[in-house]
Amino acid sequence: MSRTLIDKLWDAHVVADLGDGAALLFIDRIFLHERTGSVSLQELKAKGRPVRHKEHVFVTMDHIVDTFAGRGDKTLMPSGTDFITSTRATATEAGLNLFDVTDERQGIVHVVSAEQGITLPGFTQVCPDSHTCTLGALGALAWGIGSTEGEHALATKTLAVTKPKTMRVTFNGKLGYGVTSKDMILHLIGKYTAAGGSGYAIEFTGPAIASLPQENRFTICNMAVEFGAFSGVIPPDDITFDYVKGRPYAPKGAAFEKAVTYWRTLKDDADAVYDREIVIDCTDIVPTVTWGSSPGHTARIDGVVPDPASIADATLRGSMEKALEYMDVRPGQKLEGLPIDAVFIGSCTNSRLSDLRAAAAIVKGKKIAAGLKKAVIVPGSTQVKKAAEREGLHTIFTAAGFEWRESGCSMCFNAGGESMGEKWRVVSSTNRNFENRQGPKTRTHLASPTTVAASALAGAIADVRKLG
Amino acid sequence: MEKFVHLKAIAAPLLRVNIDTDVIIPSREMKGVSKTGLSVGMFANWRYSDVPKRVENPDFVLNHAPYNKAQILLSGDNFGCGSSREHAVWAMKEWGFKAVIAPSFGAIYYGNCVRNGILPLVLPDDAVRAMAAWVEQSPVVNMIEIDLPSQKVHAAGAVHSFKIGEANKDMLLEGLDPIGVTLKKDAAIQAFEAKDRAQRPWVYISGPT
Ligand code: SF4
Repeated sequence: MSRTLIDKLWDAHVVADLGDGAALLFIDRIFLHERTGSVSLQELKAKGRPVRHKEHVFVTMDHIVDTFAGRGDKTLMPSGTDFITSTRATATEAGLNLFDVTDERQGIVHVVSAEQGITLPGFTQVCPDSHTCTLGALGALAWGIGSTEGEHALATKTLAVTKPKTMRVTFNGKLGYGVTSKDMILHLIGKYTAAGGSGYAIEFTGPAIASLPQENRFTICNMAVEFGAFSGVIPPDDITFDYVKGRPYAPKGAAFEKAVTYWRTLKDDADAVYDREIVIDCTDIVPTVTWGSSPGHTARIDGVVPDPASIADATLRGSMEKALEYMDVRPGQKLEGLPIDAVFIGSCTNSRLSDLRAAAAIVKGKKIAAGLKKAVIVPGSTQVKKAAEREGLHTIFTAAGFEWRESGCSMCFNAGGESMGEKWRVVSSTNRNFENRQGPKTRTHLASPTTVAASALAGAIADVRKLG
Repeated sequence: MEKFVHLKAIAAPLLRVNIDTDVIIPSREMKGVSKTGLSVGMFANWRYSDVPKRVENPDFVLNHAPYNKAQILLSGDNFGCGSSREHAVWAMKEWGFKAVIAPSFGAIYYGNCVRNGILPLVLPDDAVRAMAAWVEQSPVVNMIEIDLPSQKVHAAGAVHSFKIGEANKDMLLEGLDPIGVTLKKDAAIQAFEAKDRAQRPWVYISGPT
């Protein structure tokens, strides 16, 4: 029987069939971070259960650690230090691979896992973090779990999972000027809602995906969970293999060649059938921003805030009205030109070297708008930070008026204790515009890093295509 | 783990779509490396008009008797979407919730519920809305009754059947420790590894290559 890529990834990891569509799956890699990881490790220890294959478990400090120069264990978050020290203690005691605060491999978990060659095509990987799906862009089946499931994976190297339905999203055509992979995924979620992928594992494919550089592919899979999906995958190809080659934990020499031979089988059979198909024409996509408090609340940069009166469903309409009120925007209002208080470039969605290069190209030799209260750039990993500094990107940013930080999740959410101000309007390269996510009553507009950079210059939501 | 078999309880309607786990437990309310002490922060940004001072917001449903004793929550599509934080479930469990009824759930939240003895119950949107309207007429009299073995919900003079996977149902009914269950399959895990090592040797490395 012909199989989809998702079927192949699934089948290769079945330890036991549990009936009713569920299976016990072998988990190749487990990643933990200081926000949710040490609860699992503490519970395991309390129950006297060892970690199985501790060499396959990695831990990094990213969520709570602060991003100021010269940082240590202290954070602005009250009791935040406890998370860092207890994660360090439990991970060290269990003998896990730890990328500590000052380690040069430190960074946002999903950025680091790819960068170090820890995630490889064909792997299964879990982490108690919802954006683990980012790594699907390497052709791996990677998904977020809770802390209790984390304990299960650590103790048994397996997880009991019900097989999701399969969906294929095909992006046809070419991307227009100023349009990025962030706009592709925002466009998809806006068109089919934040619950549109619920119950599915998704394959992203088509010519527009195949021509994306590897780093931009991560942005697509990163937001699969914002589409409600179990995970997202992109079939691995030569771009993927080139990306993986030579990374610290990737196989080398003949072992690499052997792996590539296997990885080339990770694609759909010719007549594979998906439970659902969506086709997107990329010529319909323009730079996209969100107007509301769900990643599905999107609009074209040259468009307006929609009118809930046009929505028949009462619950949906009510939720839209709440979002309008929270965001302080009106139906019919133009998004372009809406004045902003702050900007943020960072997060596992858009903080890789190529994102920073693209943003730097826009702000080079210019100044951010005088009225901005905060403009922060946070590289996705310490390695990204170093690479950016070797190219001088940091001086471009600081000369323009941005703060240049150490790597971490930072103000993607306000756990580090640092946040955007009350009711500030922020244009952000992150993945969640939820209420209070970036600060108290903060109004987040999600956008690509280039749209964020252009908006920083304008002091208002801006159309990057007009910069010329 | 606590078992879930049968429940007849007060239900609280919170009919919004996409209620995410940041709303259920804001990250600032996750103050310690622990599963407890979280219920006071549950829905903090909606529940309190002044969050640091814990001043109750009179407009929020759970601040009103008898909804402050609700054990069932009724909600809209995609409940528990967003962050994987299991703290959302721990907070709701500590507060007293035993079931959530919604048209759909965030996948990670759903799994977290089952692993903590909370029943995530999927019913069509119109059924949830009809139940909410019925509950609101008299929340104490119009209690919702859930029977997991027969997979039935009794409310508003109607009986609704619901679906749940066998493995999840068993875990809830028996209150099983899932790790213990899996460790009984140790021979299968070892057999898988032996076969897999030959096929994908690059999986089994022990450090940078
Ligand atoms: S950058 Fe944001 S979304 Fe990504 S892992 Fe960190 S907190 Fe989560």
